[in-house]
Amino acid sequence: MTSISASDSRAVYPSAKVVQPVWVRIVHWVNAVAMIMMIMSGWQIYNASPLFDFTFSRSITLGGWLAGGLLWHFAAMWLLMVNGLVYLVLGFATGRFRRKLLPITPSGVLADTRAALTGKLSHDDLSTYNYVQKLLYAGIIVVGIVVVLSGLSIWKPVQFQWLTAVFGGYDFARYVHFTCMALIVAFLVVHVALALLVPKSLRAMIIGR
Amino acid sequence: MRRFRSLLIPGVDKKLLVRDATKLLPDPARRRFIAGGASLGALTLLTGCDVSDSFSAENLLTQISKFNDKVQAAIFNPNTLAPTYTEADITRPFPFNGYYAEEDAPDIDAEDWTFEVRGLVDNKKAWTLEELHKLPEVTQITRHICVEGWSAIGSWSGTPLRDFLKLVGADTRAKYCWFQCADVDGYNSPLDMETALHPQTQMTFKFDGKILPRKYGYPMKIRVPTKLGFKNPKYVISMEVTNDYKGGYWEDQGYNSFSGS
Repeated sequence: MTSISASDSRAVYPSAKVVQPVWVRIVHWVNAVAMIMMIMSGWQIYNASPLFDFTFSRSITLGGWLAGGLLWHFAAMWLLMVNGLVYLVLGFATGRFRRKLLPITPSGVLADTRAALTGKLSHDDLSTYNYVQKLLYAGIIVVGIVVVLSGLSIWKPVQFQWLTAVFGGYDFARYVHFTCMALIVAFLVVHVALALLVPKSLRAMIIGR
Repeated sequence: MRRFRSLLIPGVDKKLLVRDATKLLPDPARRRFIAGGASLGALTLLTGCDVSDSFSAENLLTQISKFNDKVQAAIFNPNTLAPTYTEADITRPFPFNGYYAEEDAPDIDAEDWTFEVRGLVDNKKAWTLEELHKLPEVTQITRHICVEGWSAIGSWSGTPLRDFLKLVGADTRAKYCWFQCADVDGYNSPLDMETALHPQTQMTFKFDGKILPRKYGYPMKIRVPTKLGFKNPKYVISMEVTNDYKGGYWEDQGYNSFSGS
């Protein structure tokens, strides 16, 4: 980690070209807000009937009690879903997904993982993702889709019973939903840590360059 | 919260907003009573209310919840049946759940009990349990899903509510069947007419083939497998067919009113 930031500090001053177009920046930050509201209210809901032998501290949950958590969760879901749909449609329509995230090859991922762990991964060109980034960004999109679908399957196990069946029934779908949340939180930790280690990537997501 | 409030609804008359929002807040004494630890389920979910600290956030969330009522009513398909299960799938023991402890559940003597029917119905006669037990009986084995997230499969027998509504000449163009219950705090809950007419919505008199025990709502429960558990009232004493939204015990405290599954 420290060696990555070291290589970053040696990087040349970035060019003026736009790394993150404005639509990407808008949906990114809307998603960040929606996701955090969903996660914190989701923890509140989880606490009412925990799946595992722990609950989330009240200091990090949203809503105060179950009804409050549910109100937040089912309000923020609209923001998350509409924004997520905009992202998917524009991602495909503009060719951004294809350009930025593909191809993902196992050998590329292995090589870049090794490079990252030995501090040899370059961050000079922010407009091109390395294979580890490609895998994580493509992967989190898939997780994002699964967390929404599994959530819908828990919300509407009668009306959307086919969807609930896809996730192994109501009780199992709760575990799927929880697991997706855990993956998103894990992604978030790494994502935020790396953005802070490579501050120009954070700047690019704010001002575009 | 304070920042959120100033961002959200600029230019709104704060006094009016506070007055509106206060109406939406549950009675604090009641909440303290519940939070005091009457039921096992309540212990984990009712520990206070941060949302009520911010009036405009609560107001906005309430509006979205009403919007979600409409969305769910649109999603609701009157012909979609809740999945049914086999005897072997029944959860044993089926959990007791209430905002009170099991020993505080209403203890009803059938001799003193009648089921009152009010509102937009032709025949407002009160029904005795004996009369109700003579109605045609159907059995369903369905999944009960609690708003808290847990679920359990049970077997319920009784008469379809839609047949009873026909029998008493209810105006099924009305918006709600509003149920009232016998427990101390006067549990009540509105059921939208579309759901009341759903083929699996049942006036339940038996659980697992035996007369409904006290802990599951003796003498009558309304079983609604297309709704969350709190929309399945127990110890029911009356039904009012009405166009007015009369609120409900949990609905008034913030649970989404439609709460369809």
